[in-house]
Amino acid sequence: MERLNYKIIAIVEAVVLIAVIVSFSVYGFYFANPPIRLSGAGATFPAPLIQKWSAEFKDMTGIQIDYEGIGSGGGVKQFTDKTVDFGASDPPMKDSEFSAALGTLHIPITIGGVVPIYNIQGISKGLNFSGQVLADIFSLNITRWNDSRLATLNPSITLPDSEIVVCHRSDSSGTTKVFTSFLSDESVAWNATYSASNVINWPSQTVGGKGNPGVAAAVQQNQNSIGYVELSYALQSDIPYGNVQNAAGKFVEPTLETLAVAASAVSFILPSGDASWASVGSYFNLHNVEEADNAYPITSFSYILVYKELNVRSGMTLDKAKALTWFLWWAIHDGQHFASGLSYVPLPQAVVTHNEGTLRLIAFNGQQVNNWT
Amino acid sequence: MNTHKKHPSFLSKLNTISKKRLSGDSAFKTIVMLIACNIFLILGLMIFKIVQSSWLSIQTYGINFLWGTTWQPFPPNPNAPPSFGALPLIWGTLITSSIALFLGVPISLGISLALSEFAPKSFNYVISFFVELLAAIPSVIYGLWGILVLIPFLQNNVYPQLQTVLGFLPFFQGTIRGSSVLTGGIILAIMIIPTVSAISRDVFAAVPNSQREAIIALGATRWEKARIVMSYGRSGVIGAIMLGLGRAVGETMAVTMVIGNSFNMFTSLFEPSSTLASIVANEFTEASSPPVYISALMEVGLILFALAIVVNASARLIIWRSTRNVKEVEMF
Repeated sequence: MERLNYKIIAIVEAVVLIAVIVSFSVYGFYFANPPIRLSGAGATFPAPLIQKWSAEFKDMTGIQIDYEGIGSGGGVKQFTDKTVDFGASDPPMKDSEFSAALGTLHIPITIGGVVPIYNIQGISKGLNFSGQVLADIFSLNITRWNDSRLATLNPSITLPDSEIVVCHRSDSSGTTKVFTSFLSDESVAWNATYSASNVINWPSQTVGGKGNPGVAAAVQQNQNSIGYVELSYALQSDIPYGNVQNAAGKFVEPTLETLAVAASAVSFILPSGDASWASVGSYFNLHNVEEADNAYPITSFSYILVYKELNVRSGMTLDKAKALTWFLWWAIHDGQHFASGLSYVPLPQAVVTHNEGTLRLIAFNGQQVNNWT
Repeated sequence: MNTHKKHPSFLSKLNTISKKRLSGDSAFKTIVMLIACNIFLILGLMIFKIVQSSWLSIQTYGINFLWGTTWQPFPPNPNAPPSFGALPLIWGTLITSSIALFLGVPISLGISLALSEFAPKSFNYVISFFVELLAAIPSVIYGLWGILVLIPFLQNNVYPQLQTVLGFLPFFQGTIRGSSVLTGGIILAIMIIPTVSAISRDVFAAVPNSQREAIIALGATRWEKARIVMSYGRSGVIGAIMLGLGRAVGETMAVTMVIGNSFNMFTSLFEPSSTLASIVANEFTEASSPPVYISALMEVGLILFALAIVVNASARLIIWRSTRNVKEVEMF
């Protein structure tokens, strides 16, 4: 650069400065009479669905819902700190978290499932896995695809004699928590060595990918690999995914329907909305539930968290409280129609009815907010 | 740039005038100096904050953090304390950066020599343009390209052959994985080419023409001329390499996307691993508890920061020494 033209730089600076000042004053003027605006933060898994709801709800009512997909952990933290109007989390709050945020209501808004995906040349979807075999694969106890334990589950398929490349989430993730909770319940050895959490100390020869897309890419790009992702990612990409054996001994293909069956099965034993939901666990343990014959075993809810008494959040008004309750009511009813289009599982009727009871508990300054139903 | 030297009388005149009349000048000087001093403030605050945030981890693990080989924020036994050690990360960072230098530096030097010594001017412009374009590509694009194009290509067409030829060496043994240390190094090699070649081109261009004329007058070939130019600019080139190393050490996004992100003290380059930067990118977003977890990640950041300062400072020192020797020309 021979010579900088300082005049141009100065003009650009001035224009930007003026633009900023003008836009701020327009903004300020506009918000002299602000429209209702609510904020939420939490799990990344339901984020596309909540954002779709937010857009539809805004068209309908003019009420703006801002949702940030920052992760379940961050969602629970911001909700507990009362810096957002609602939180969202894939696992229900732990007992310790629940007692730190007194008066929390758990509202299941959609259903998620974690599915094993793989990339083996010539083999399409539908390999059978049991929880024990998945635990053995992910802990590198089964290292080759033609292992007899896999062959027993898949008698009609010839698996190659090649080493399994195990792929997993490299970031802290609710998906990992759900998956490893399942493995911990199914395998004593897994529970002792790795246990269940958002971050696992994986065997060193395994490949990590960031986020569901990162794992999907790792599986697609590494031959003879296996990984785990949310069902919606498996459905939307072309990666083959496997069936998993459930408590009734059946190998169930993960679909929107089999996930809904699992949610229906669990809906009879749900805690009341204002109680702790820790017992529901990171995934539905359906070992003692008879109706779960066709239920996909690694299934869980994704929750929105709100306070029973909304005045604990500073800046909350009756109008905002009404708007928030309306939004949640709309989301569990009409909002569910948008779910399957985005590869989310719509809530079964039993869960919707359960949620209706929970939403009637919401109050502002002691008065029930939802008084229109 | 050298207007001051060209008009000394004008400048001194201006100085005397300003002392008498233009008191606004001193105000302007103060403002500009304050703006410049912001840099110390920003850097100081960053160092302070990183040290402060990693203090818990420094206290808990002490010097062992540097050669610990476990990374367990949530141990399987819930009563056991979390444990952290950064050695595999440091190892991963050093090896990927070394691969990057090993592959990237010869190519960069080839480019810069061609530009300064051999290429016709029109060709020169085109190549310079593309090299600078390479520098302007965001690193996440490199990562995407790495995962979608480079990994399948290397895995199918390069790594198996590499293993057949060099498989007797321990670092080319074992299962071949596309997401691996070697892929990380190769992506970094591509990313440091613009940095290293642009600076070494400037270094070679700064070699006085009298040197070239002298060696040609002695009957040297073009290769011998290039050798003289290279040895003349040696310390400048070392500086350029160090700046490339700085980029390789700190590069985050592209490496995270191709290295495989496993906590692994690897021996084979076909194994997945992590670097100091990639583990922070992977794990920081949801690392809310336990508190020592965040602190350990901040300490990883501190190590990275220290490494970057050492690399950059030595690069500057070397370049500064080389420019001091070549007084006739201005380099940057």
